[in-house]
Amino acid sequence: MARVVLPWDCRQFTGGQTEFDIEADTVRRLISQLDARFPGLGEFLSQKMAVAIDGEIHQDAWSSAIRPASEVYLIPRIGGG
Amino acid sequence: MSKLHVSTVVNGDPVEFLADPAMTLLDVLRDELNLTGSKEGCGSGDCGACSVIVDDRLVCSCLMLAAEAEGRRVATIEGLAQGGQLHPLQQKFLEHAALQCGFCTPGLLMASKALLDVNPDPTETEVRYWLAGNLCRCTGYDKVVRAVMDAAAELRQERV
Amino acid sequence: MSDVLDKPAGSPALKIVGSRPIRPDGADKVTGRAAFGADFNMPGQLVGRVLRSPHAHARIVSIDTRKARALPGVKAVITGADFPDVASEMHDGGESASNLRDLAMNVMARTKALYNGHAVAAVAAVSAAVAEAALALIEVTYEVLPHVIDVEAAMAPDAPVLHPHMFTEGLDAKPTTPSNIAKRNRLGRGDPDQAFAEADVVFEGRYTTQAVHQGYIEPHACVASWAEDGQCEVWSSSQGQFMVRTYCAKVLGLETSSIRVTPAEIGGGFGGKTTVYLEPLALALSRQSGHPVKMVMTRDEVFRATGPTSGAVILVKFGARSDGTIIAADVELKCQAGAFAGSPVGAASMTALACYDIANFSITGWDVVTNSPKVAAYRAPGAPIAAFGVESALDDLAHKLEMDPIALREKNAVRDGVKAAYGPKFTNIGFLETLAAIRDSDHYSAPLGRNQGRGVAAGFWFNVGGESTAAVHVGEDGSVAVVTGSPDIGGSRASMAMMAAETLEIPLDRVRPRIADTASIGFSMLTGGSRTTFATGMAVVQAAEKVVADLKRRAALIWEVAEDQVDWAGGAAHCLDPGKDVGPLTLGDIAAKAATTGGPITAQVSLNAQGAGPGFGVHVCDVEVDPETGHVTVLRYTAAQDVGKAIHPAYVEGQVQGGVAQGVGWALNEEYIFDGEGRMENAGFLDYRVPVASDLPMIDAILVEVANPRHPFGAKGVGEVPIVPPLAAVANAVRGAIGVRMTDLPLSPPKIRAVLDARDG
Repeated sequence: MARVVLPWDCRQFTGGQTEFDIEADTVRRLISQLDARFPGLGEFLSQKMAVAIDGEIHQDAWSSAIRPASEVYLIPRIGGG
Repeated sequence: MSKLHVSTVVNGDPVEFLADPAMTLLDVLRDELNLTGSKEGCGSGDCGACSVIVDDRLVCSCLMLAAEAEGRRVATIEGLAQGGQLHPLQQKFLEHAALQCGFCTPGLLMASKALLDVNPDPTETEVRYWLAGNLCRCTGYDKVVRAVMDAAAELRQERV
Repeated sequence: MSDVLDKPAGSPALKIVGSRPIRPDGADKVTGRAAFGADFNMPGQLVGRVLRSPHAHARIVSIDTRKARALPGVKAVITGADFPDVASEMHDGGESASNLRDLAMNVMARTKALYNGHAVAAVAAVSAAVAEAALALIEVTYEVLPHVIDVEAAMAPDAPVLHPHMFTEGLDAKPTTPSNIAKRNRLGRGDPDQAFAEADVVFEGRYTTQAVHQGYIEPHACVASWAEDGQCEVWSSSQGQFMVRTYCAKVLGLETSSIRVTPAEIGGGFGGKTTVYLEPLALALSRQSGHPVKMVMTRDEVFRATGPTSGAVILVKFGARSDGTIIAADVELKCQAGAFAGSPVGAASMTALACYDIANFSITGWDVVTNSPKVAAYRAPGAPIAAFGVESALDDLAHKLEMDPIALREKNAVRDGVKAAYGPKFTNIGFLETLAAIRDSDHYSAPLGRNQGRGVAAGFWFNVGGESTAAVHVGEDGSVAVVTGSPDIGGSRASMAMMAAETLEIPLDRVRPRIADTASIGFSMLTGGSRTTFATGMAVVQAAEKVVADLKRRAALIWEVAEDQVDWAGGAAHCLDPGKDVGPLTLGDIAAKAATTGGPITAQVSLNAQGAGPGFGVHVCDVEVDPETGHVTVLRYTAAQDVGKAIHPAYVEGQVQGGVAQGVGWALNEEYIFDGEGRMENAGFLDYRVPVASDLPMIDAILVEVANPRHPFGAKGVGEVPIVPPLAAVANAVRGAIGVRMTDLPLSPPKIRAVLDARDG
């Protein structure tokens, strides 16, 4: 099970909890599982969040692989000038 | 108001044009003569992107009325390279990577040319103060100043 | 000039990457041939002009355009009523996400003008003079409302409210009344309260910055044509032709396929050209008039209606052990968003403590709307603001601990395996190496004179990847075109050509890089976020690799050998089969036979690049303060940065030097000054003074190369990091010179005089 950590912003969906263990092998599955548990969270994550899998940031990358021991951080999307 | 007839010399060639009395030299260069190498960054003489040389004097063409070009010689960026050969300043700007976006570059080159015409061996401080009227937001001026100094050295070499 | 350190070990010998060739677009840029936004014209084009609100906050009661329409030569007049309603929807146009409804209302005000300079109407006419006369004939009735620009004043409960439907997001409970606070964001770890209680030393500071403009020298410009069949052409200067296409389509309710956007050369952007202002207006004017319309902003309009980045308040508190270990931090950031939500406070919060490994911290950010132009991205958006506070406070903490400022940073620096304050774990970062490069530089130990001071500061930027497309086409003579969708804002064409030539193993002068319009290449996100050399470069390399594979296949066909019997080296196929007595086939040889071996030789790669490596910079700055005038002279400046791998070191140094110059301007001169009516008082280059050549010394760039394994040549983004440290580096140097901490940017002579007067009694 991958360890998933959500930012403060997501507490409105989860009732305060921000850390979960989730069985998912891709970013897409991770988002859909979180959405199944907390309706609306999936869209919020898709629109506003990037994913850091074991330290590497993935943006709009649903096919990116998550390993069973992965540490996954949802972080605000990053732009730039 | 009727247009004024102006006879002038641009980059060595005789040129005639009709201009509204309120038109700037920059407007005429860009819009009437299709010499769009001179740029408008401010329209108030603060950025130097429109720098041209009129009778050996560096001017912001956005601050000069087109009618004032009557009987004068105007040199623009389009005339800096001669016979298919880049001017040493142009070559040194490329070698030193003295440009990023390139928008201020025509003005910087004309200002640098005017400097080297009157001072073939400027110090770094002299280059910096002479070019203080030409804004560049990309380079921090480091490579620009180096390119001008290097071009000056090469031009001095050519004169020997 | 640069020292290049730490060559990545084990990488194959590179022939082109890492060298300093003349850029492929160079001749056009030094001869005046290069066509920027305002250099393009269409037959029969009209001149478009914008009427802007003279009020910082006003209800638009009515707009009467009849007299303007009646003026001979006027061909179109538009107001907010000519645009469709756009639903509130976040759109990631490439970099910072925009709310499309806000974007549409920023382009043209509807019921309210929200800042002095907000567009309220536009005209197209046969000449500039007629267009301007027409603007004067448009009668707008305003009901002027109280306005607010200062960020803390805008947060006050009694502040005039810009958007009656704005309720602060991110609070524990949804507020019951609207306010100007769009959002609160928070990051945290551990137990800061407990850790502060256990700290040996606590230092606290409050820092303020003013809005500053990106200051690109080329004003926004475009030509747009809306044909009778509904097909639209836009020629414009921007950081992304696809961004322009998307935003125009959304604002005008069009399909993207009906708009073709051709990118002009761009005369600087720095984030400020990551959105649209003129293009949708020009299209709407073209539709109404039936003519192409050209629009070019004046410098006054650029200042009053585009950019800037936020003015901000930054509160920083550090708790440390006496050995310098920082055990607690608290950062609060309040950032002006301008007229619509979306300040860079999110990135400011995420970057604020990104350089340091701190067990307990709390970061709170506030995104606050104000009656000033909607902020646009500006080079590492938000990060310089946060770093100004954090790095100033660290400097004072070092003084309090009697520690060397670099030693304090080294003690707390993030390194591989450390979890960043914003979440992920760092890998392949070069912060310690960058600190060491400054610590060991001649500059850091050089003696200082009277009234002189030295300051150091660090900075961080994430760098991003994202969507890019590149195509590699081989001509029948073996020369190569490399086509991308990424505007070249600072010399990226050179790096694209170099990476392609390196991969194909051919001379650089056989490769021509081009930037295509939106109909001629696949989608690419805009040039920004320091992504182009990384992400578009990755697409270029992959496309070139596909071409090499295709060339080997064709050589095998020609030689009648298996494909694995062909090697590609030195720009030619070599036959490995000892039974064949054949010489190498060059790219030109194979290209000449393309028809017989499968047709044109070409490859296109579209990707969504992940794995951009974060960048760290450490700067040291010497200043001298004139005690009589309060003027600060920057005497010497050295900037070290981890760049992964410098593809073209001269342009990497240029990015560093340019970012430093902008940061020095932010520290010493630049600010938006508003009068009591909310009108910008210094909307011109004379009064809004960006650094000029005589304000700056040479800027030494030290390129540290800790390779990014996710890029084919190890590159990391480089363009944004350099603007992050200078604000604090300069302020810390001024503290060194005068012995007093200054916390309010810019450090202009009157402020310094006041501090010196107070100091000297």
